[in-house]
Amino acid sequence: MNLFVIFFATLFTHNIALTYFLGMCPFISVSRSIKTALGMGLAVVFVMTVTAAINWPIYYKILVPLEVEFLYYVLFIITIAALVQFVEMVTERFLPVLQVTLGVFLPLITVNCAILGVSLFMVLRKYSYLESVVFAFGSGVGWTIAIIAMSGIRSKLLFADIPEALKGPGITMIIASIMALAFMGFAGMVGI
Amino acid sequence: MNSRKSKRKKLALRFVLKRYSRIFLNTLWNDNPICRMVLGICSTLAVTNRLANAVAMGLGVTFAMAVSSVSISLIRNLVPRRVRMIVYMIVISTAVILVDRYLKAYFPEISEAMGPYVGLIITNCIIMGRAESYASVNKPMASFIDALGAGAGYTFALLVIATVRELLGFGSIFNIKVLGPDWTSWVIMIMAPGAFLVLGVFIWVIRSIQKSYDATP
Repeated sequence: MNLFVIFFATLFTHNIALTYFLGMCPFISVSRSIKTALGMGLAVVFVMTVTAAINWPIYYKILVPLEVEFLYYVLFIITIAALVQFVEMVTERFLPVLQVTLGVFLPLITVNCAILGVSLFMVLRKYSYLESVVFAFGSGVGWTIAIIAMSGIRSKLLFADIPEALKGPGITMIIASIMALAFMGFAGMVGI
Repeated sequence: MNSRKSKRKKLALRFVLKRYSRIFLNTLWNDNPICRMVLGICSTLAVTNRLANAVAMGLGVTFAMAVSSVSISLIRNLVPRRVRMIVYMIVISTAVILVDRYLKAYFPEISEAMGPYVGLIITNCIIMGRAESYASVNKPMASFIDALGAGAGYTFALLVIATVRELLGFGSIFNIKVLGPDWTSWVIMIMAPGAFLVLGVFIWVIRSIQKSYDATP
């Protein structure tokens, strides 16, 4: 499949946050300001791409030849958790500047379902290695676009008169609903 | 002598039951995973287009949470704090593999419809949240009850949302047509925007009943 088509589809027509509902917990809790949303987005793009690049060979070169595919949940999650821990240590030791911006988001990423979701979709759709990496990178960027747009809208909400019980997650969900409607406008441009 | 002993036993039993039901109701209603803690949203949105999927997901999450809460509670004093996340993840994913295998074997069409979301139970933050905040500091039995309460609260939310979405989106409940042949399906309800909208309204309604509000927008 054309790499460009995959990339475009993950950004708009099949946005991982707004059509597959992945990574919703940070999407709600970290989208209060644009700056933190951007930091979280960058961390997600990085971890997502690297885990897909590691998980593909694990699945096709180790699990499939040994016929123990059902173990992939455990191995994928270990890869993700180990990578997050590793990145945390490296940034702490060598890149203290990056540590300040990404540090708080890294532990959250282990339980970000978008990361594991991308690896599972990669297996489910039988992507080749290059396709998987492009798919993961695109999904990360698509997720970042969605969360930045969301945080932009939410920062305007400070001045809106919202019903008490709708404040916080309630109104975020309804905004996400309208954003998903808008993204449906892209539907049909490319197929995946 | 004997009767006094049995009386004391009865009192103790009643005390224990009361304590457990308080734990159960607390996580089921006051700290409802969906409405109060706003965890596990991904699967809530993804599988609620049909009631059958919602039931399977609710039971799957409850089972995985009960198994992993008890196991984590049993090993809570053995695990060093620095590596606890990875240990929890391995315990949880083992429980999820059981759920996945079971669904594939006995309910292949539901497993097919849920796709990757079965595997995503692993990263369902409710399970991790209960493990981290409750099971890692409490005894196995209390953790088990707590997990059941959280599972019941999650399943309750799923069922309400799925009922609304399937009824409006397909005109059916559990695949049985109830709104008659003239019903025009609201296709948007079974797609992504409908999921977000129904969940938003659901949170709104529950929080209005509980009178519990967030301070910031």
